[in-house]
Parts: sequence; C-alpha cells; structure tokens
Amino acid sequence: MNKHHPEIVLPEADLTRELKKKSRRGFLLAGLAAAGGFGAYKAVRLAGKDNEVPWPQRDVLNLNGKLWRSYLDDAHLMPSYSASRIGYLKPNGEYGLDDEPDDQGNPPEWDGFQLHAPGLTPVTLQLSDVQSLPRHEMITKFCCIEGWSVVQKWAGARFSDFTRKFLPAGAGLTDFVYMATDGEDYYVGLDMKSALHPQTLLAWEQNDKPLVYEHGAPLRLIIPVKYGIKNLKRIGLIRYTNQKPRDYWYERGYDWFAGL
Amino acid sequence: MAKLVLKHLLAIRWFHWVNFPILFLMIWSGMMIYWAYPVYHIGPVPLFPQWLFAILGLKFRLAEGMALHFVFMWIFIVNGVLYVAYTLFSGEWRYLVPRSRSAFRDAWHVLLHDLHLRKEAPPQEKYNAAQQIAYSGIVVMGIGSLITGLAIYKPAQLAWLAALCGGYEFARLMHFVLTMGYLGFFVVHVGQVILAGWNNFRSMVIGYELVKDGEQS
Repeated sequence: MNKHHPEIVLPEADLTRELKKKSRRGFLLAGLAAAGGFGAYKAVRLAGKDNEVPWPQRDVLNLNGKLWRSYLDDAHLMPSYSASRIGYLKPNGEYGLDDEPDDQGNPPEWDGFQLHAPGLTPVTLQLSDVQSLPRHEMITKFCCIEGWSVVQKWAGARFSDFTRKFLPAGAGLTDFVYMATDGEDYYVGLDMKSALHPQTLLAWEQNDKPLVYEHGAPLRLIIPVKYGIKNLKRIGLIRYTNQKPRDYWYERGYDWFAGL
Repeated sequence: MAKLVLKHLLAIRWFHWVNFPILFLMIWSGMMIYWAYPVYHIGPVPLFPQWLFAILGLKFRLAEGMALHFVFMWIFIVNGVLYVAYTLFSGEWRYLVPRSRSAFRDAWHVLLHDLHLRKEAPPQEKYNAAQQIAYSGIVVMGIGSLITGLAIYKPAQLAWLAALCGGYEFARLMHFVLTMGYLGFFVVHVGQVILAGWNNFRSMVIGYELVKDGEQS
C-alpha cells in the first residue's frame, strides 16, 4: 500500500457492497465515456463534407498543412542520389493528356503556355523562354501518394528563377501559384514557399532525354517537396494568385498541401 | 481479511482506454493507405493479399485513410506523451519499468510458468518481469511508430530523420513491423486478460481489485 494505491479494508459483507457500488459506478461511467467517444467520432465522420472530407478532419488537415508550410525551408532538400539509383517511372495519370499522338507517334502540338498574374496582361510563353533561364539538374526521388517512389534525373529551370524573370517586379509576390494543363482538365495549387523551393523545376528533360508525352512533354512541373499528384504535366497555364487555388486531388478528398 | 486495493489509477485507466480505439483507428486507416501500395511479400506471397482488403472493405480508400491517419495521429501522440509524463511524475513508472538485472531471465521463467513448463513463478511486484518488459516495450514501440511515421510522412522536410531511420524504405518497413507488433501484443494481451479473469479486468475499468486473504496485492 502507498499513497497512490489506497486499500479499503472492511468486513466481508460491507466489502462486497462497496465493490458492487464501485462496479456499478465504474461501469456506468465507462459506458458513458465509451458512448461519448463513439458519438464524438460519429459526429466527426458524419459532419458536412469539405472537398470530400468531413469538415472537422479537413480543418485539421489544413492546419497540418499550415504547420508544415511554416516549417518548410529552402535548406530542407529532398535527398539527391547517384545516377546508378535511377529507376523506371511508370506513366501514372493521363488527366489533361487526352490528345492522341499523330500517326508518326509525335505528341500533339503545344502552343506554349499562358502566364497570368494580378495586374499583368496575360502573355504566352514558349519553351525557349524557360530554357533561357539557368539550367539545373537533379537526381531525386519522385514520390507517389500511393506510397511508391522512383529515383529520376530531371533537368529544367528553377521556378524561383522563372518567377524572378517573368513576374513583373512591381506586381509583388503572390501567396499561391496555380498551374493547369491546357483546357484545365488537370490542375494543381501550390503555396508560394514550396513553389520557390530550390528543387522546384520547370523541367523539359528526364533521364537526359527530352520529356516524352506520357511524362508531360514538352514542359512539366517537378516539385520533389510534394507528392507526384502536384507535379503537373504538359503545362498550359501558370497563374500567380492570392486566392488559394483549386486543386484536382484536393477536390477528390486529398490533402491540399500534399507536402513531403 | 479481504480488501479492495486501487490497482489502476484513474488517469492511467483513461490513457489506456483512449489509446485502445485510437490505435485501432490508426491501424485501420493505415491499412487503407497500405492497400494503395502493398509492397511487403514473403517470397512471392503478399503479406496482405487483395482478398483480405476486399473482405475488410479497405480497397480504394487511400484518401479516406490519409484523412483519418493524419488527423487522429494527434490524439495518439498527445495521449501517449501524457501517459509517459504521468507515469514519470506520479512514480508509477517504478511498477512498469523492469529494474532488476534478472528481468529477462525472470520474464523467461514467467513464460515457462504460463506455458505450464515450470512450476514456480519468479517473485514479482505489481507486475511480473514479462509484463514489465511488455508494458515498457509497447511505449518504446509507440515512440518508434511516431519517429518512423514522421520520417515517411515528411521525408523531404525531415530528411535527417529519415536518414536516421536508415532511409525512407527502411523507416516504412519499421513502421509496418511495429504495427504487426501491436497486433501480436493485442493477441497475447487479450489472451492473458481472459486467463487472469474478471476481477483483474474489472480493475482496469473501476480501478479497484478485490484481494482475498493471504493474496498479494
């Protein structure tokens, strides 16, 4: 016996009565607590949905996103690998890539991409505009939200360099970037901190070869600090915006931040 | 004379019974996530075959699994941290942590005794050596799940942690193995509770255990 673990010593009849009393009370409270816990869980699960997720869960997911975004730093890099680690990346996801290649197997024509920003008259940019920026290569892991990952080599221009050159200095940096395929069949929203991360590339080469159509030719987004779902293929539109942009998989129940 | 002894403190009972459904939910949602890429095999045989996911209704629920896992993880973490802090500050850790040099030998003897391969059980305090190792081990496992979980949740931002865990793939494997460990713990734990009987189980709910004449409290 000690101060935390008191003992109750009573004549047998009283002891039995005391035990019955404690049992009644204890199990009643346990039952109420269990019912309360289950009720709270059910209330969360049956709450109105915010982009396919019960809103209390969505609020927590958004909070998680804010937390990790505030922690994100340009010094947090996805590890780099040697070329011997490069694996096979299967084309996964054809949204926004509906056009058929022509008879010779060439990808359909691409007329550059639109650039939108607050106060900016929309402009069309070509691959050569992006390729005029300093070229960067990296061998990083491409992580699918399904759980698999493959090491790939990418070459392209940093989105931070792109922003410095093509976002008018007077316009000011926005909070978000929205990117979409031509026609906006597939679209992603990015927080500016992740978009300007040094490993975020507008890429035109994969494993030392020009991008193929299934992987987003001629220009795609490679953002290793996000899951694959954010790595938009075949860019048709880049829009700087202060409103949290739409996001294809967010609208289908996934996390908006989707950061790694 | 017989007596009632407060065996499990109120706070510890709360931590235990909050943890049980939350851990279940973490495993359940974890399986929804694992379904999307069920990578572990024994030879050519998948550890979790598709028919198992089908029976449990866990197919095509990746988004739902993630939305559960990364919300209820907070309750799992906070409850675990509070439990450890409480056992430390209240001094209850003394019953739970094996402190004797012979703990592993004693635990082995407890096992033999429980399997009816040995007559006498080694002397014990509130918990025998096997229980102490199990109840301390499960806390270490919980910390392991948190660390490996963080490593595979944010392998870029917490790249150092993933590296510390032996890389992303190894951290993922450890996270999985620990989960299998909880299932193993659960089977043994529930089996032992059933064998120990109603008086013991009741004390985890109401706190008090009936100790008869001559019995050790």
